[in-house]
Amino acid sequence: MPIIEVKHLTKKFRDFVAVDDVSFSVEKGKIFAFLGPNGAGKSTTIKMLTTLLEPTDGEIKLNGFSPSINKDGMRQSFGIVFQDPSLDDDLTALENLKLHAALYKVPKQEREKRIKDLLEFVELFDRRNSLVKTFSGGMKRRLEIARGLLHHPKILFLDEPTIGLDPQTRNHLWTYIKEINQKEGMTVFITTHYMEEAEKIADDIAIIDHGKIIAAGSSKQLMTQTNTKTLEEAFLNLTGHAIRDEEVSSLDRFRAHRGRRH
Amino acid sequence: MDTIYILWHRQVIKYFRSKSRIIGSLAQPLLFLIAFGFGFGGIYQKAGEGNYMQFLAPGIITMSVLFTAIFSGIDIIWDRQFGFLKETLVAPVSRLEIILGKVFGGATVASIQGIIVFVLTLLVGFRPQNLLSLPLALIFIFLIAILFTCMGTIIASLMDDMQGFQLIMNFLIMPIMFLSGAFFPLNGLPKAIEIITKIDPLTYGVDGLRGALISVSQFSLGTNILVLSIISITLLLIGAKLFDKIKA
Repeated sequence: MPIIEVKHLTKKFRDFVAVDDVSFSVEKGKIFAFLGPNGAGKSTTIKMLTTLLEPTDGEIKLNGFSPSINKDGMRQSFGIVFQDPSLDDDLTALENLKLHAALYKVPKQEREKRIKDLLEFVELFDRRNSLVKTFSGGMKRRLEIARGLLHHPKILFLDEPTIGLDPQTRNHLWTYIKEINQKEGMTVFITTHYMEEAEKIADDIAIIDHGKIIAAGSSKQLMTQTNTKTLEEAFLNLTGHAIRDEEVSSLDRFRAHRGRRH
Repeated sequence: MDTIYILWHRQVIKYFRSKSRIIGSLAQPLLFLIAFGFGFGGIYQKAGEGNYMQFLAPGIITMSVLFTAIFSGIDIIWDRQFGFLKETLVAPVSRLEIILGKVFGGATVASIQGIIVFVLTLLVGFRPQNLLSLPLALIFIFLIAILFTCMGTIIASLMDDMQGFQLIMNFLIMPIMFLSGAFFPLNGLPKAIEIITKIDPLTYGVDGLRGALISVSQFSLGTNILVLSIISITLLLIGAKLFDKIKA
């Protein structure tokens, strides 16, 4: 039974098509990697899957909920760690988590224990009363993971969770994620630019480029299909070697796109 | 309710944590009180209008509520810049609850600021006429705070970043402040300016607060409360509508 089902998903910004008729599904309990070069349509897709953007066309089913019928049902079903930090720096770690627990209506009698357990899990319990602005990038990421898990979501979205982190922290993060996935059977949806990480951790992979899914399968299947030895080679083989523009918001790309035409 | 409370709580904690911001924002009203209060006091008295400090103090309190409220509403821009807005937008709560939490939080902070400035006015010689009407003064402070926090959230929903802020400041907030009767009586003005002062929502806030504190007012108590409430509700609905479409 797929827990995420996407059919013919399309997002247009006026005449620029950021996501073009994309279909895929993610099985419950799997780790799914969504890969693609900068500006391929990853972030736009994630924004639609997490209710931050309305699709222009197509269908999304997330844990049985679709955005046109029950956005809050969708929202309750997933936790997310955004690419950029989304914590309140002027609050403490504990206050950030309490706020999240209230927003997601975590039962009051369970809040304290869940928060304590998660803070211990990401090894931040000793720093619970420190303001987040005193945290390093890695600590913030860990706190965001703890926060994303607080309401026991069925799906965890991780949008380039290891960007800018040192190898130690990166390793640590993947260990947490693998552990949650195995213990709780939680479905994990990740995007990353580190192909070795995706190769190591993901059960299934989809590669998106120019708004379209160009390949999907396990990393083994992708390597066989392209006759390569690593996922990185397979990825380059599929998406080409040309360097892409820096990732900017779809709207900015749309503006740039317009600018070129005139 | 939980959502509204927690978002309200967030703003109140942050306010009390930013001691330097509190103190910094007291400097301006204090300066106005001293410069205008003592500077124009003599002329005002000679013109036969009485004690200027008595007239000015409610205006200065209103001014500080105006600024704090607008800034609290505009905070949404910072929430967007620092990413926190996304955390609230993906949460399974209605957008109306988010904006209500934001507005009540901002209005509470602005009201506290108004009360602090009220205490300052007492120190430079302001004497409210009737202590029994202090609760009424509080009601006016809170209404002004609500109205302008809503206005701040609307501005924030329409602006992508702080670039246009100078424009808003000079073409909206300053005129609202200076043409509200906070600093001078509104009688005997040229017709065009009189019309503008009547459109300015802050006029009814200043008038109401002055009525409560020194029993001098142009409009009736009911008119002031009614106008402030209707504008607040209208702005809240517009704010909620715009916030619904806000991009993280």
